[in-house]
Amino acid sequence: MDNNDFSLSVALAAIEPSFAWCIGCGSCTATCSAAQFTEFNPRKINLLIQRGEVAAIKQELKKCMLCGKCQLICPRDVNTRKIIQNLKRIMQ
Amino acid sequence: MTEQKHIVIIGGGPAGLQAASGLKDSGHQITIIEKESTIGGKLNSWHKLFPEFQTANDISVYLINSINNSNTEVLKQTIVTKITRENNHFKISTAQNHSLKADAILLATGFELFRAEKKEEYGYGIYKNIITSADLESSFRQNGLKDLLLGKTHPRIGFIHCVGSRDKKCGNTYCSKVCCVTGVKQAIEIKQLIPHSQVFNFYMDLRMYGQNFEELYIEAQQDYSINFIRGRVSEIAENIDGTLQIKAEDTLSGRPLKMNFDLVILLAGMENRQDYDNIMDNNIKLSRSNGFIVPINRHVRPNETTIPGIFIAGTCREPLSIQETIADAKSAASTITEWINKQSN
Repeated sequence: MDNNDFSLSVALAAIEPSFAWCIGCGSCTATCSAAQFTEFNPRKINLLIQRGEVAAIKQELKKCMLCGKCQLICPRDVNTRKIIQNLKRIMQ
Repeated sequence: MTEQKHIVIIGGGPAGLQAASGLKDSGHQITIIEKESTIGGKLNSWHKLFPEFQTANDISVYLINSINNSNTEVLKQTIVTKITRENNHFKISTAQNHSLKADAILLATGFELFRAEKKEEYGYGIYKNIITSADLESSFRQNGLKDLLLGKTHPRIGFIHCVGSRDKKCGNTYCSKVCCVTGVKQAIEIKQLIPHSQVFNFYMDLRMYGQNFEELYIEAQQDYSINFIRGRVSEIAENIDGTLQIKAEDTLSGRPLKMNFDLVILLAGMENRQDYDNIMDNNIKLSRSNGFIVPINRHVRPNETTIPGIFIAGTCREPLSIQETIADAKSAASTITEWINKQSN
């Protein structure tokens, strides 16, 4: 972890503070349509960013259809959809 | 010897009964006001208690017998409608036309079970094979699940943890604390009753905070082969044959899963009772957090509210187990005795 890049995590938390509220329960992945058919996993994306493992994320983001079900189901009210939108913008 | 005072306890559940028992030799007059037709509270509908499967009814009987004393009056089916402060005492009015003068009031009003139908995505009240942990206890007491499983010898049964707890979407961000171990206890009881059942518990975290809770969890895994899946269930839907499909992510393997169940049990959390806030006179304002009543100091003055003369015991302050509630009520009884002695001097 010493050499991981935490800058994206910091930037994202500044734009969308709810990014930090995740407890990794997996409700978002359970309800995600893309996750049923592909390896897409919104919980893991959140975790990888928090851990500073950002390299693999860019390709993953293309699988999200921005339907927002993840946000509806989240018990911590994390604005998952807004996080992914911002990730797409930052990582373009 | 201090002059005899009148202590009114609102709520005849475990907290109220234990407090009355603790005060019975104080020389004061005690009145318990209970809204139901029996005393004992929610303990009356529970089957067994964690972590050692003690029969709930034995505890009820013990508590009820412990108050039998000439200076304790129990008003059943009585609902408090107004509490006002007059000089150094309180006046309590009821819908049954009582007017009581109280020198001290103990609120032992307990909790309400989270209304699981509020989480529509879990289908409680919509699909018939979804019940709450409280429904399961009633079923254990009545006929041991016969009505629910219709003679199935190899049913698959799922427990959903944290229903109405740690969930901002239903307004309860706190942990109800006792549901985790209740889920483990009930899973074991199901395996004892139906040895060929398959039992799965879906959890976010398992908070085995108490003495022997972790041991019960190990027993569930080791001796009863109960499966624990770390992932919160996102939704439940009914199949055409009445079985239920659960969606969750197995967060440890990192894959979404779908599974079918014959019966699903929702571990519903605890909510505060706020129905008596309206009965307090304007100058009596209790401080609340997460809806539960806040004491003056959680560490050293847990049974005193910000209103001198109004005390609290049990789950009207925070989610507590039966053991903790009884210990808390003992503490409340001695706090009230000390307070009255201080007032008299």
